[in-house]
Amino acid sequence: MSTTRQKRVIPGTTIFDGDQARKGYALNKMCFSFNSADNRAEFLKDKEGYCAKFHLTPEQTEAVLSLNVLKMIAAGGNAYFLAKLGGIFGLDMQDIGAQQTGMTKEAFKAKLVEAGKN
Amino acid sequence: MAKIVGGINVTHVPYIGRAIANNLQQDEYWKPFFDGFPPIHDWLAKVKPDVAVVIYNDHGLNFFLDKMPTFSVGAAPEYQNADEGWGIPTLPPYKGDLDLSWHMIESLIEAEFDITTCQEMLVDHAFTLPLELLWPNQKQCPMRTVPVCVNTVQFPLPTAARCFNFGRAIGKAIESWESDARVVVIGTGGLSHQLDGQRAGFINKEFDLMFMEKLVNDPLWVTRYSVPDLVELTGTQGVELLNWLTMRGTLPGDVSLIHSNYHIPISNTAAGLMAMAAE
Repeated sequence: MSTTRQKRVIPGTTIFDGDQARKGYALNKMCFSFNSADNRAEFLKDKEGYCAKFHLTPEQTEAVLSLNVLKMIAAGGNAYFLAKLGGIFGLDMQDIGAQQTGMTKEAFKAKLVEAGKN
Repeated sequence: MAKIVGGINVTHVPYIGRAIANNLQQDEYWKPFFDGFPPIHDWLAKVKPDVAVVIYNDHGLNFFLDKMPTFSVGAAPEYQNADEGWGIPTLPPYKGDLDLSWHMIESLIEAEFDITTCQEMLVDHAFTLPLELLWPNQKQCPMRTVPVCVNTVQFPLPTAARCFNFGRAIGKAIESWESDARVVVIGTGGLSHQLDGQRAGFINKEFDLMFMEKLVNDPLWVTRYSVPDLVELTGTQGVELLNWLTMRGTLPGDVSLIHSNYHIPISNTAAGLMAMAAE
């Protein structure tokens, strides 16, 4: 099921709309739980078990275990919630940006600096 | 009646919290960002506000996706910051202003903005860091505060025109408050940035600079763009500029620009800063 409204297509961009929210609810709820240090520790002890506790789909679980951000977004993950998962592994926004764009972190940072010139 | 002394818009990247905690303000990376603030500190010292109304978006600290109000207003005696999961320091609590909160709530509902009231409300980096930047090196922020949260997380988001009109209603509420308080309004977030997807790292300097210029004397300029237009032009998180526009809506009459700063990048973000005085 999805909304019948025509969607705006923006290359390389997923708008977190109702379809994404429906698909990603369990994944985002798990990530919301990472506001608690105890939950972060529990996740690290048994990642797969923690995903199961939140009823993640096999697609979501695989994306989480492989820390693949694009797959997590495809599975309905919201950037702000996924950032809490990234934080557990000490990933900053340049790590996450580099992974999604297939660039090295240095190249990604250079791209940001370049955007400030002219 | 209360007086709005002016408004400030400022970016709220979480990473700023770590820079402040580690005293990196004069570090090469951070200097162009932090050097934007002293002229605004001077202006604040001159206009002496008592209360800060802070318009921001929550990032999954107070609101999960189970309940997502489009507009919400804090009505708590005190607002706590808490662990957001990414390792930035938790800051001391912020004083509320219950009289202004409830006056705003009543006035906004009367103006047909059916906001959600929050008698308990955790405030995240989007609320705390701008206050840290504007009133640095204090044990506790010297302002009484009223948090106003705008949904920029779960689409559909309110339109730019709706946000501007919401801001106008907030401004009218403040100005009809029977108090001699001096109020500063702060809008946080932006400017252009995108954290997610193959377009991560997208920044649009040309648009940001135009937006900042227009915000002073022609704030309705940006209402020609739909929310999806704004995502395309400013990135999935660049839409936080709606908080800036809401702030601008609160300022009565003509405004004058006190100071502005714009620097790329802070983390993945084009960091903007503007202070405007109300006439």
